[in-house]
Amino acid sequence: MITASEYTFKILRYDAKEPEAEPFFETYRIKVLTGLTVLGVLLRIRDEIDGTLSFRSSCRSAVCGSCAMVINGKIDLACRTQVATFGSNTIVLEPLPNFEIIKDLVVDMTPFWNMYEKIKPYLIRTSADPEKEIEQSEEERSRIDQFVNCILCASCYGACPVLARDPEYAGPAALAKLERFALDSRDERPASALDAVNDEKGVWGCDTILRCIEACPKDVRPTDSIVSLRKKLIKHKLFGKGIR
Amino acid sequence: MMLYHDVLIVGGGLAGLRAAVGLCDKYDVGLLSKVYPIRSHSIAAQGGINAALANNPNGKDDTWEKHTFDTVKGSDYLADQDAAELMCQEAIKVVYEMEHWGCPFSRFPDGSIAQRPFGGAGYPRTCFSTDLTGHVLLNTLYERSVFKGVKVYPEWFVIALVNDGGQCHGVIAFDLKNGEIVPIRAKATLFATGGYGRVYFYSTNALINTGSGIGIAYKAGVPIKDMEFVQFHPTALIGTNILMTEACRGEGGYLTNKDGERFMKRYVPNAMELAPRDIVSRSIQTEIDEGRGLEHPLGKYINLDLRHLGAEKILARLPGIRNICLDFIGIDPILEPIPIMPCQHYSMGGIDTNERCETDVKGFYGAGECACVSVHGANRLGGNSLLETIVFGKLASFAIDEYLQNGEIKTDEGLLMSRKEEMEKKIHGLIREGKEKPYTILADLSKTMSSLVGIFRKKEELAQALKNIEAAKERYRHVHVSSPKLHMNHELLNAVELEYMLDVAHTIALGAHLREESRGAHFRRDFNARNDTDWLKHTIAKIGKDGEPVISSKKVMITKYQPMERKY
Repeated sequence: MITASEYTFKILRYDAKEPEAEPFFETYRIKVLTGLTVLGVLLRIRDEIDGTLSFRSSCRSAVCGSCAMVINGKIDLACRTQVATFGSNTIVLEPLPNFEIIKDLVVDMTPFWNMYEKIKPYLIRTSADPEKEIEQSEEERSRIDQFVNCILCASCYGACPVLARDPEYAGPAALAKLERFALDSRDERPASALDAVNDEKGVWGCDTILRCIEACPKDVRPTDSIVSLRKKLIKHKLFGKGIR
Repeated sequence: MMLYHDVLIVGGGLAGLRAAVGLCDKYDVGLLSKVYPIRSHSIAAQGGINAALANNPNGKDDTWEKHTFDTVKGSDYLADQDAAELMCQEAIKVVYEMEHWGCPFSRFPDGSIAQRPFGGAGYPRTCFSTDLTGHVLLNTLYERSVFKGVKVYPEWFVIALVNDGGQCHGVIAFDLKNGEIVPIRAKATLFATGGYGRVYFYSTNALINTGSGIGIAYKAGVPIKDMEFVQFHPTALIGTNILMTEACRGEGGYLTNKDGERFMKRYVPNAMELAPRDIVSRSIQTEIDEGRGLEHPLGKYINLDLRHLGAEKILARLPGIRNICLDFIGIDPILEPIPIMPCQHYSMGGIDTNERCETDVKGFYGAGECACVSVHGANRLGGNSLLETIVFGKLASFAIDEYLQNGEIKTDEGLLMSRKEEMEKKIHGLIREGKEKPYTILADLSKTMSSLVGIFRKKEELAQALKNIEAAKERYRHVHVSSPKLHMNHELLNAVELEYMLDVAHTIALGAHLREESRGAHFRRDFNARNDTDWLKHTIAKIGKDGEPVISSKKVMITKYQPMERKY
């Protein structure tokens, strides 16, 4: 049976337009059905208790990537996290780390998109397109499957310890996107396309401690893509091989 | 501050991005999106995109003409057949184009794009990428827009369209991050702002699908069309109303009632679960209304049973559905049936456009779900909405290109500035003391729409809905927003959009009240048959001088498919 319980939400409040005011935790007490998600509660808080609270949301079904945040110390999408999954009735919400806060739970994602754009996240071909589809076997298609699933929610970016110390590091999502194209049987980017990530700001910066994999709500494994890109770079250097 | 672009595109989903990609090499294009484009609701489409590629071994003789016929029949003959023909012809080209741009479609063993059966279609012609087709298409077009360097304004929202004497001059926009109201002048403006699902309480749609783009156009004097035609998807997860794709049934899933009976055999024995959506939704609702549904604390439901498909097929073809079920209701569809109910899913109606995406107002265009061409008529087929967005995004780019080439277009800065001042007053007017919060009005409005303007409709209930909407409009005069800060003020955004949602709801209920017949998704218990003599026509709503809608009608374009009884 679905029951209602009283929950305490502690939510980080901050407004970058008022930099002299320190960030603080605001406490909201609210009675909710235990089946409700964290996003469901946030919407109710904004609607019913405090219209000044800012957070992003859209699909409420874990596909659009708007609502990644830190929930009781763990990064996840607010829309797919049920309030009843925690052992306590107190839930602490903070914005994604490794970003500047704009207001409350809303962060400035600009650096994330810049990294994404930098790796050329699109199919590159040199041969002419056929009249119909470029043939691809289901097996070739399935190789890129997990990287295709990325929803660009930046959970991995927020979890990455390298980004915490070096904001110029490309980050897990952008590198996983590069691997998505490098692995695609239809892509014809030259091996030199990987030069842009062949340094400490790119694939060699990763600590390989898998925080990104842990944080991903879509079971993407960015570390695997980084290791694979490293292998491609080494093979290319040693044996002059192409990237596939 | 005033911004200028040759072309201003509002909406970063598939239709908006496709138009931007088509125009940005030649013109200065600006694309405004209420969210980051990749968060647009196109991302949530699951099942697929229709095109008569004839790749499926069971559909080798498929043609675009057959696709057109299925679309027209599915529309209950309200679609404009010239537009449907154009869409189905273009379908083949745009699917190949998306593939060439990198879209990772699922494949047949011969390496061609895989195609599955979908409801209301005579052939298996729905191209797909597992059950994440919208996700891959939107990513591909966004990637293409990055490649082309399209200028995007993320988290910018349009608050008014500026028209004057049948000419569009641009928009008044709101920059959510900085809290600034900014006029944007443009020679051509395209709305690709999505559907109006959120005027319903039970909807599969994202929270951003308010239909405000349609309301903004309507308020600016642009006619809107066929608003009463609202699609109710047969299978939404109970509680959260998250979409369970039609591909569940396309891959062979069953619908069963509390007796374990595949009840569709009593309604449409030939098509069974793959009858069109309007018919399946009514069948499910009838089962529930007549006591053959199942009970859950979240509501009455019907089972969508995939278990017989087996783990391998579910994991390969419906992995997203399985994840949603695990995340949101704690059910693994490999082991248990999925509890579903029908609920609002798609807006057939919208801004009145022709097959060139043109409206009554020069320089103002509409494409995608916010537009009504009409290719879907009274009921859209599954797999035709992703198709419509990309085809008409592309065709809008052609039409706008022609328009910009043909002579001088004068836009009026003074007019934009004065409209900006009006909007500033209006916005500041919302930040005040008042007794009404936006969400209470929206909750009442959307409950009215779900309970009185739903799957089954009748005169008295529709009249009551109109009264309720009138009362909500009155309450809106006392709406207030808590924070005087304009930046990242989502409550303010909700309050601004609510005004437009009230008009959208009004025109839906009014159209439904006036249309005394049953056609496609519009079913009247008091007029339960189609009536071609009186009602084979589009409903047009245009705002009158007093702010009330003025209703007229428009002819349906019939080419070679004469209306006949719609049997499956």
